[in-house]
Amino acid sequence: MERIIKERSTQVHTIGTSAHDLDCEKKSLAGSVSQRACVFCGSRVVLYPIADALHLIHGPIGCAAYTWDIRGALSSGPQLHRLSFSTDLRERDVVFGGEPKLYTALTELIEAYKPKAAFVYSTCIVGVIGDDVEAVCRKVSAEQKIDVLPVMAEGFKGTKKDGYKAACDALAKLVGTDNEFQAPPFSINILGDFNLAGELWMLKEYYEKIGVNIITCLTGDGRINEIRQAHKASINVVQCSGSMMHLAKEMEEKYGIPFIKVSYFGIEDMADALYEVAGFFKNNEMLQKAKDLVSKEIKTLLPALAPFKEKLQGKKAAIYVGGAFKAISLVKALRLIGMKTVMVGSQTGNKDDYNLLKKLCDEGTIIVDDSNPNELSEFVKEKGVDLFIGGVKERPIAYKLGIGFCDHNHERKEALAGFEGMLNFANEVYASVTSPVWKFFKR
Amino acid sequence: MEKIPTLSYIRPFVSTRNACKLCSPLGACIAIKGIEGCVPVIHGSQGCATYIRRYMISHYKEPVDIASSNFSEETTIFGGEANLKIALTNVTNQYQPKAIGVATTCLSETIGEDVASQLSHIRNDNTNSNLPSLFTVSTPSYQGTHMDGFHATVLEVVKNFAKKLPSADKINLFPGFVSPADIRHLKEILIDFDLTTTILPDYSDTLDNPVWDQYYRVPKGGTPISELEKMGEAYASIELGVFTAVKQGGQNGGTEVSGASWLESEHSVKNHQCILPIGMNSNDTLFDILSKISGKDIPVKYKIQRGRLLDSYADGHKYIFGKKAVVYGEEDLVLGLCSFLDEIGVEVVLAASGANSGKLQKEIIKHCPEHGKTIKVISDSDFEQINEACNTIKPDFLIGNSKGNYIAGNFNIPLIRVGFPIHDRIGGQRITLLGYQGTQELFDKVVNAMIEYKQNNSPIGYKYM
Repeated sequence: MERIIKERSTQVHTIGTSAHDLDCEKKSLAGSVSQRACVFCGSRVVLYPIADALHLIHGPIGCAAYTWDIRGALSSGPQLHRLSFSTDLRERDVVFGGEPKLYTALTELIEAYKPKAAFVYSTCIVGVIGDDVEAVCRKVSAEQKIDVLPVMAEGFKGTKKDGYKAACDALAKLVGTDNEFQAPPFSINILGDFNLAGELWMLKEYYEKIGVNIITCLTGDGRINEIRQAHKASINVVQCSGSMMHLAKEMEEKYGIPFIKVSYFGIEDMADALYEVAGFFKNNEMLQKAKDLVSKEIKTLLPALAPFKEKLQGKKAAIYVGGAFKAISLVKALRLIGMKTVMVGSQTGNKDDYNLLKKLCDEGTIIVDDSNPNELSEFVKEKGVDLFIGGVKERPIAYKLGIGFCDHNHERKEALAGFEGMLNFANEVYASVTSPVWKFFKR
Repeated sequence: MEKIPTLSYIRPFVSTRNACKLCSPLGACIAIKGIEGCVPVIHGSQGCATYIRRYMISHYKEPVDIASSNFSEETTIFGGEANLKIALTNVTNQYQPKAIGVATTCLSETIGEDVASQLSHIRNDNTNSNLPSLFTVSTPSYQGTHMDGFHATVLEVVKNFAKKLPSADKINLFPGFVSPADIRHLKEILIDFDLTTTILPDYSDTLDNPVWDQYYRVPKGGTPISELEKMGEAYASIELGVFTAVKQGGQNGGTEVSGASWLESEHSVKNHQCILPIGMNSNDTLFDILSKISGKDIPVKYKIQRGRLLDSYADGHKYIFGKKAVVYGEEDLVLGLCSFLDEIGVEVVLAASGANSGKLQKEIIKHCPEHGKTIKVISDSDFEQINEACNTIKPDFLIGNSKGNYIAGNFNIPLIRVGFPIHDRIGGQRITLLGYQGTQELFDKVVNAMIEYKQNNSPIGYKYM
């Protein structure tokens, strides 16, 4: 059996064997069993955490059923986002058109649940059967006096990344619609954090401690009215750059708001994020507060990490996650607890991300774009890893081979960002890698 | 933090709110996983395959590889044959499967893909001729539920592989959509009756593997194609479930056919149909059928299991009598559970399914002699409808898949997890419901849930039940 499908060989690279760039940002190869989903998935995951909006999926039932309450994105208030609404198109609708059903569904749901705005996701067949989703949205918007935003997310029209763009396009229509709001000084937006396991609340606390105000987070613990005010921020701080770069760039063009890319995973990146924001505001007091905060956190964190590091020293890890930016942070975070990354890949990384990974990792490390279960199982076996970091679809690959696993995807229940998150991360890695159950497995 | 909003009033909705069903390609993939060496390919967007994989992995906790023909905009305009060919070639080279089952989607059906003729082109064009057996099933997601996809696949597999051969000394079992543990238990029963059986589908190993010492791209297990070919020569079929027929197009409104009924009409294989054997009544029916087909007495082992179950009915009956239950899920599961709850004195106050065969109420009345006529049946239902109905019916417990957990939470009552999916616990694939043995496990769970509820809500607590 082939180790790697020939057409995919340029998307796999072993550091030290070639100077070529890794091939990436391609559509997945048919039959390759890619771990990626589709355009719809990209838009759905980005907009999902907006808690006071109605999210209506226009299409047959599957797309809504598989994304019901799918992310651990917490809301401090409304929980409307945790319901799954679908027009549940039937054969009759496919033949005669789905617009009447969409109109009725939208109207009844807005009347019943009184959301602050509604997102309507187009799925695969909506375009094919010729529904004018935008026209229905306009009509309902005028009648119900709320924003009804179409999200053009037909699954086949590109990759998950195009779904990120469709979500950003919908968000861009909300941003800038509240001009009454007066922003306090040192205001930022957080882009690309989804408040998984309450991570945003931890970050918020750090920022507030150094004197920074957050206008809105896109989209963790998101609220429609805050998104409308986002254009009043001084800077956009972008995490998970893959999903939110379109919006950051558009806001820079339209409102002159600059952006910086950060990550909140691991001590180094978390500290850098605070320093960079303080640096942007050119405020010495803020920078000093950031330094104080970091050193205070590190003072307790490093000793707490030490016992984990001692046990995990020299263990080998494989990483396969959605966004490459997260992978980069994970390599650094693993190093902090003594572990070495021997395989790293992502579903949606770009050339810059992969080049950075090449620089960051040791010779012999396998770097892979848009991988699949066969490749991943081969790589983790070849490299003899002790830990696999990934999502739900990677988990059984690790467990079947008797390898520890850490869930770093959007379904996780543990906060892994920030200083506190680093300790949780170390704890989870330690728990899985050193569990005595692996002694019964033949490796 | 607020609660997930629940409407305090009941009104009809055109939209579906928290679906109590899945789409048909998912059912097709589960059935395809029950054939030895067979890999599913979904003909549509990449997301369909990935979402279905994720959904199944979260339940079975197993690697579930499903390939996609990965439609692009061009594919949607010019047709999917070229992509399908690439997909089949890559799957063949990567997995060396014995068969590939191609399930369609809403997208490929809407643009009018004729996958059967595409497969015959690909087969004829194939220069390196290493393609395995290929078959396709039509599973547009806008038609029916995952159960329609499941049963349509069973029917297509039978039509594709079963040959007309001289009668042989074996039978067929169509277990329906049950757990891997249930299939294993059924196998054990059949062996004890000395029956040689072809089971379709049999994912008892492929979706519930032991740990591996090496990585298997195609998990071991499943019904071999050579066995499927013999299904036409069996002398009897046993079909568990009564909502198994698939609508076949044609003039005069078409007909309804299941894998077992097709074998009966085409190959004269006598079909013995019964509801899912959960409970005393339905298992007595099944064991009588087995006894009749095999010409053997019911083995002592099962007489003892039956006796123990009955003994426990005496021990536990008081704690559940008159308790009000809400049952939801696939129609066959709902019917099987209703029949069981009815015979133990539980009052089913709501039986809901996302499916809509139009026959659920009638079957429930037929199989629930105690309370059948008073059971409120909602077809084409969803979880929010169930949630809102609970406001007035005030059930004592829910029984069904894990997706109803939030409703149980709203009303602070137990949820007894059975069926698919169970995403918030481990072991969903190991729950046995069928047979006297499966019923025993379920009965104990129901009784203990009621005892535990009372104990936890008692101001004094107690040490004896």
